[in-house]
Amino acid sequence: MIETRNFRILRNVVLTILSLWVAIPLYVVVSTSLKPLKDVAGLFQWIPRQITASPYLDIWTTVPLAKYFQNSLIITVCATLCSVTVAVLAAYSIARLQFKGKRAFSLTVLSTQMFPGILFLLPLYLIFTQIRNLTGLQLQGSYLGLIITYMTFTLPFAIWMLSGYFASIPKELEEASMIDGTGRMGALIRVILPVAKPGIIAVAVYSFISAWGEVLFASVLTNEATKTLSLGLKAYASESDVFWNQLMAASVVVSLPVLIGFILVQKHLVAGLSAGAVK
Amino acid sequence: MSHSALDSGTAAEGSKSAIDPEPGQPQGVTGQPPRKPRRSFLPYGLILPAAILEILIHIGPMLLGIWIAFISLTQLNLTNWLNAPFVGLQNFVNGLNPESTIGQAFFSTVGRTLGYTILVVGFSWILGMAGAVFLSSNFKGRAILRTFFLVPYALPAYVGTIAWAFMFNQRDGAVNQILVDTFHLFGDERPFWLLGQNSFGAMIVVNIWQLWPFAFLMLMAALQNVPNEVYEAAAIDGATLWQQFRTITLPMVRPANGVLLMVMSLWTFNQFNIPFVLFGASSPKEATLVSPLIYQNSFGSWNFGLGGAMSVLLLIALFIASVFYIRMVLPKGADND
Repeated sequence: MIETRNFRILRNVVLTILSLWVAIPLYVVVSTSLKPLKDVAGLFQWIPRQITASPYLDIWTTVPLAKYFQNSLIITVCATLCSVTVAVLAAYSIARLQFKGKRAFSLTVLSTQMFPGILFLLPLYLIFTQIRNLTGLQLQGSYLGLIITYMTFTLPFAIWMLSGYFASIPKELEEASMIDGTGRMGALIRVILPVAKPGIIAVAVYSFISAWGEVLFASVLTNEATKTLSLGLKAYASESDVFWNQLMAASVVVSLPVLIGFILVQKHLVAGLSAGAVK
Repeated sequence: MSHSALDSGTAAEGSKSAIDPEPGQPQGVTGQPPRKPRRSFLPYGLILPAAILEILIHIGPMLLGIWIAFISLTQLNLTNWLNAPFVGLQNFVNGLNPESTIGQAFFSTVGRTLGYTILVVGFSWILGMAGAVFLSSNFKGRAILRTFFLVPYALPAYVGTIAWAFMFNQRDGAVNQILVDTFHLFGDERPFWLLGQNSFGAMIVVNIWQLWPFAFLMLMAALQNVPNEVYEAAAIDGATLWQQFRTITLPMVRPANGVLLMVMSLWTFNQFNIPFVLFGASSPKEATLVSPLIYQNSFGSWNFGLGGAMSVLLLIALFIASVFYIRMVLPKGADND
């Protein structure tokens, strides 16, 4: 819009309010994570009386945070890599190849995105039970069960976004490569993937964020040995006490990987989303 | 499987390509006459992994979920569920009778969730729009603010909720300090935010905080295509800021809006994480949403049939919504191949 004086005043007011709205909870988390426990109880202190790094050291011994971290990392990284790979193949097929049942396939994938996890939770649990009874393959309480669950739940969005992205890449690029004798798969790997990098990064970040923050399936499909961070953080709150300062310190620590990743690829994410999702 | 460029029948596929002059027409890049398309397994091979996962994790469980609503599944036969007895419509009769307490609870929960969805999506859209409009003009610090506004969306969902839980939790928490001590609202009473009716409002605030950056992101992407000259012309014609917004900005975001509102509504209607982290496995009854209610029935009171019957109703409602959704998402003409 045109920058009149009124516009500038209004802009400053609105952006200040929005910034405070975003910043206050973040400030509360960070400032609480630096306070000793005795200063956390009672009236909230906006300016800490005393600053200490000890919550950041204590979090590792109060609960097995490193173990939860490792579990989350293994599950999330595997789910993200697999999801992106599967989505790239399917999206390429939808965007570039002609086949019977394409419409039915795309519609099914798209519509499953609509349904909440709660509808799948119990049936999935039962199916996993049956698979264990039949084959001995342990999908509950194992990494594998959560990995395939998470990767499937991010697939619809990933396929939809990537097929839009692939379709917007000029076909001449691939054709030139295929003339050089690379074949279709060669063209996909050498030509399409480099061009579609922003879209692929956006999809990977989306998958990573979704899996890293997932609670519902983790609450039923993990056990003590495979517990992820989303559930593990609860352990800072016992029956009698909540170690709020440690809980906040742990929150900061578990947020850092996604936050850093997000800020690094933020430009790609916006570009990828606007190319793939906003038509 | 390798395809040569001579295989122009398959090379010219993909009716969605932006540069495709005549969709469906072989392009004959090498000047050779188009050949009949060869039957190829490549497309199926490529979608196979996705199809297997979809069937195993989505379609299969969905069908099984419908079946569960018609059997008597209890804690005892859970591991041997194939042999659970068929009970017909009994679960629906027990659970969804509007005369019974359980049935009333279900229908009032659906109503409450709809209200929740409208409030959360409405406010998120307004905040997202405000951010997008004012960040689309160029000024110093714009890039930093843009990244900063997206932080609540990038944080793990439970971290944002934990932060708010702490702010709401104690009577001496940050929220009461701002509202009561600074602005002297509520007649200097200190409300409990996570109990009773207040918990519904608290949950809405947390959800808006997490959701609005998504609206902001999508609306910003949509507004990037509006050339500034349009506003300049309107300003010369004497249009006020509000008129410019109504006649230029709003129509420009309309195409993106349908999908955006639909997606946000679905996420919000299906919300589980926020109440789960805020209240634990069972929410206050004034703040119970549909997903947590089904969870409580299935994994709290082990009443799987009831949870199943509620799930089937939800499935039907969402299926109808999904038909509208898909019509919005798929661009016209792209779905007939």
